[in-house]
Amino acid sequence: MLKIQKLRVKIEGKEILKGIDLEIDEGEVLALMGPNGSGKSSLANTLIGNSKFEVESGEIMFVGKKINGLKPDERAKLGILMSFQYPVAISGVTVREMLLASLRGRGLTVSALELKKQIAEEGERLHIEGHLLTRSINEGFSGGEKKKLEILQMRILKPKLLILDEVDSGLDIDALALIAKNVDEMAKTGMSVLVITHYQRLLRYLVPDRVVVMKNGVVVDRGGKEIVDKLEKQGYKSYE
Amino acid sequence: MSKQTDNSKLLEDKLYPLGHTDDVEYSFTAEKGLTEGLVRKISSLKEEPKWMLEIRLKAYKKYLEMKMPTWGGDLSSIDFDDIRYYIKPKNQEAKTWADVPEAIKNTFEKIGVPEAERETLAGVKSQYDSEVVYGSLKKSLSEKGVIFLSMDEGLREYPEIVKEHFGKVIPMGDNKMAALNTAVWSGGSFVYVPKNVDVGLPLQAYFRINTERAGQFERTLIIAEEDSKMHYIEGCSAPSFSSASLHAAVVEIYVKKNAKVQYSTVQNWFKNVYNLVTKRAKVMENAEMRWVDGNLGSHLTMKYPSCILAGRKAHGEVLSIAWAGEGQHQDTGAKMIHLAPETTSQIISKSISKNGGRATYRGMVHMVPGTWGSRSKVVCDALILDEKSRSDTYPVNKIQENEVVLEHEATVSRIGEEQLLYLMSRGIKAEEASTMIVNGFMEPVVKEIPLEYAVEMNRLVGLEMEGSVG
Repeated sequence: MLKIQKLRVKIEGKEILKGIDLEIDEGEVLALMGPNGSGKSSLANTLIGNSKFEVESGEIMFVGKKINGLKPDERAKLGILMSFQYPVAISGVTVREMLLASLRGRGLTVSALELKKQIAEEGERLHIEGHLLTRSINEGFSGGEKKKLEILQMRILKPKLLILDEVDSGLDIDALALIAKNVDEMAKTGMSVLVITHYQRLLRYLVPDRVVVMKNGVVVDRGGKEIVDKLEKQGYKSYE
Repeated sequence: MSKQTDNSKLLEDKLYPLGHTDDVEYSFTAEKGLTEGLVRKISSLKEEPKWMLEIRLKAYKKYLEMKMPTWGGDLSSIDFDDIRYYIKPKNQEAKTWADVPEAIKNTFEKIGVPEAERETLAGVKSQYDSEVVYGSLKKSLSEKGVIFLSMDEGLREYPEIVKEHFGKVIPMGDNKMAALNTAVWSGGSFVYVPKNVDVGLPLQAYFRINTERAGQFERTLIIAEEDSKMHYIEGCSAPSFSSASLHAAVVEIYVKKNAKVQYSTVQNWFKNVYNLVTKRAKVMENAEMRWVDGNLGSHLTMKYPSCILAGRKAHGEVLSIAWAGEGQHQDTGAKMIHLAPETTSQIISKSISKNGGRATYRGMVHMVPGTWGSRSKVVCDALILDEKSRSDTYPVNKIQENEVVLEHEATVSRIGEEQLLYLMSRGIKAEEASTMIVNGFMEPVVKEIPLEYAVEMNRLVGLEMEGSVG
């Protein structure tokens, strides 16, 4: 599904990803771990096409297509979507308006009414209070509400590759379990997931098939979920 | 009349669907320039009472004496000697749609006037250049005593009411353009809502300048008696002429005890019209006045709708949106004059500037001694879409009483790259994403105007945003 080769990325002239190789298969849940500043979020932002992150060299292939030069909307249309670490508020734009534009942009015929129903259902499933769904996106939302709204969007937009960028920050344990359950369900239908986190907590609920550890812009470890336990005991010290 | 340079570009403006000229016959077209003789001529053509001629002549003198304002926008390129001050279409005001001349009818069809009338309006006035060419009012309302006439008819049929109220909220010497309007006014609406009457559906006036180098000086007087309620909407457009036109209107409103008036404007003049308008309401005890003002068109607009809060617990509101695109300066704002205790006011002003456009907020809140218990809130938000564009805020607060509350918030923002990325990362193209952000920014004001205008405003913004993001 996704294949990254020798990827070097800089931001404002400073190199932050120094040759990353990474692969994710269809339906696979890959956990990307590492301490703060290791380059995890930079990799996520590079994958969605955030123009602040400049690819110096290397290749990003998605479903057999090189996507290095594609804009964020083009990548989204191919099926790469990210749940943001810090979702922004947009005044006067509701989640329904955004999702409608997004689905119609893909050429799908969607009725506003049908979408409204779907949003209400997903909202209930994720325990999002109804009045939040008709407000401006993320305006006045708590940290947890924002994260749930991200997952709601993902459930409706149905990506092929879902990137969860620090979805666990600012969430209580119940919300965390709920989000993990909802993502897990989607993964079972063949969606690939890249879970970015520097805690182990989330991975107890959303069990990864493989784990990759990054530090200072390079991959320092790869393996199965036993790495999560190792990190729990030893922390990132073992990679020093 | 002005020395604008690149008009060919303006003429091809695909963003302006109302830019055609109609072939209309005129029974009187004044020579260019303003003289005392012309002021007399206008009055005599209209067969006005002598007192109105005297007001006009006095105002003409005032106009000559007064200086052009040196603040606000650049007025130096208006050549007042190159304007036709009075142009009268041949047809009398039609009372049925069938009687409206074909050419004019087509334009209004394009604007959607009769359509809107059938569905959502209580009455309509349409003004071409200097005169009202079509008018109607639902029978149920005229039976309740509601009056909706052109100002000229109003003067003919209700001279006493006009005499009592004309020029009292906006005296002729208020500013040079108000003096000019008082001297040469023609057309506009005269609205009278009797005590306890709720007009329900809005009354609408549509103003169009159809002649090159024409000035339009309509005069509107609205009187809402005690416990009455009404909503008045005006729309404006003009053909795509290569030379500039001048629109200098005066609107005076009386909102009597417990009455509620909303006055909504969607101004979409062609981009070489100078739009210099004075609008003011006198709001009595426990009454409410609300101005909703959308300024999309014109070369320069200077307009500051005002409320004089003269009775206890009177409430005034201004909600405005200004769009300043290439070659445009929107110098707009609001004035709230608190004269009585426990009066409240709110100003929400939003502006968007793009492609070198300039948006200025200029506002005033004045609370005189003895206005204890009064509150005012001012919110100015500016969105600047590129490096070439500009936004300024000039708020003036004059508070002469201690027991009052005044809040002021101002923000200036650019379309956040993060917001753009967020929407794009959901699969929305850059252009559409920016349009969504801009429309979202405008939403608090747009939602207050009638739906068909709101749709039109969003559509115009969409067109303006086309090709704006690389």
